[in-house]
Amino acid sequence: MEIPYTVVARRDTGLWNAKVGIWLFLASEVMLFGGLFSAYVFLRLDASPGDWPHGLLNVPVGTMNTAILIASSVTVVLAWASLKMRQFTKYKIYMGITILCGVIFLAVKLAYEWPQKFDHFGAFIKEDALEKYEPYLGNKHLLAKDLPPRKEITGHLHNKEALNDPNIKEYEIALDQVNADPTNPVNDRPHFFYVPPTKKIATIEKADVKYANMFVPRHSAYFASYFTITGLHGLHVLGGVLVFIYFWLPIGANMYKQNPEHLANRVEVAGLFWHFVDLIWIFVFPLFYLL
Amino acid sequence: MNEVPESHPAEAEPQDDHTAEHVAAHVRKYVMVGVTLLTFTAITVALSYVNFGTMKANIAVALLVATFKAGLVAAIFMHLSAEKRLIYRILIFTAFFVLGLFWLIYLAWYNPIVR
Repeated sequence: MEIPYTVVARRDTGLWNAKVGIWLFLASEVMLFGGLFSAYVFLRLDASPGDWPHGLLNVPVGTMNTAILIASSVTVVLAWASLKMRQFTKYKIYMGITILCGVIFLAVKLAYEWPQKFDHFGAFIKEDALEKYEPYLGNKHLLAKDLPPRKEITGHLHNKEALNDPNIKEYEIALDQVNADPTNPVNDRPHFFYVPPTKKIATIEKADVKYANMFVPRHSAYFASYFTITGLHGLHVLGGVLVFIYFWLPIGANMYKQNPEHLANRVEVAGLFWHFVDLIWIFVFPLFYLL
Repeated sequence: MNEVPESHPAEAEPQDDHTAEHVAAHVRKYVMVGVTLLTFTAITVALSYVNFGTMKANIAVALLVATFKAGLVAAIFMHLSAEKRLIYRILIFTAFFVLGLFWLIYLAWYNPIVR
């Protein structure tokens, strides 16, 4: 059975079928991501001052990934335009660049950004012990400047076995710059460039810790929503890349020989999905990286 | 490479405004939109290091820029600036329900049942 209206528009809708199909799918996608974003807003509004972390993500890397995704949105629309103008060689080039951009985006996320987080540690200090750790938190300095308090000490965990061994009574952390020098005004706001942990070691007693973990989803509402939303977004990027590879392989060339308009329409529909993925990232980037 | 004859039956009638001439005229526009999006990404990053008084103000500014960028992507790259009516109808429903989703947050905050 041949699927009708892949190229010719239906009279009643004025559209070829896949166009309606992809928009219905994107409508459901809006609801999917809408649910997650509204959960994010709810969690964030509910967090008391100082509980929502800032500046834990690598801004230059995130900016670069944003630029890569935007560039790929341009190349995919140029790939489609090339097909419309019946320039198959150009199509192959633009589609190739698009695939490359998608792969780089995923590689940066999975091979660099996420593992870097998994290797970072944070301990939330109990309210009544905040005073004791004031040299690492600098809350008097923040209060004087009307800035939200710090309740977490972060850095590189030296004794990782402390996470699971109840017999170890303390965490040994190579402090992040913000905790090593908490009253320095340069640390009042997040840094643009990533600052590696200092050599200054702090010992934090487990008895004073409310909750501690590596920067994994269960570390905080912030990282839970970060990993959920960027993870789902990453799966969408992967899906898009796989579809683009399918159209880029000889199977696309065969389709082009049979009916170039059919391939153009398929690329347009896949492109609509890709632009949607880009659109989601346009909101993810400022919400998680910058604010 | 791989050119097909112009007389292909499926190409007998143009489907929409996306004829080859139209598309060729739009290519420049697509590149310009891409450059605009990149510029505004840089602007978003820069603005996040400017203190607008409160965190809320900073969030509002960033979301405003993001909405503008998303609007550009939807209108130009996704051709929503000139689409068939059926697509708009689908999206009106989507907008309605997604706004409902965010309205739930407001309800949770306003708490009208016990108020």
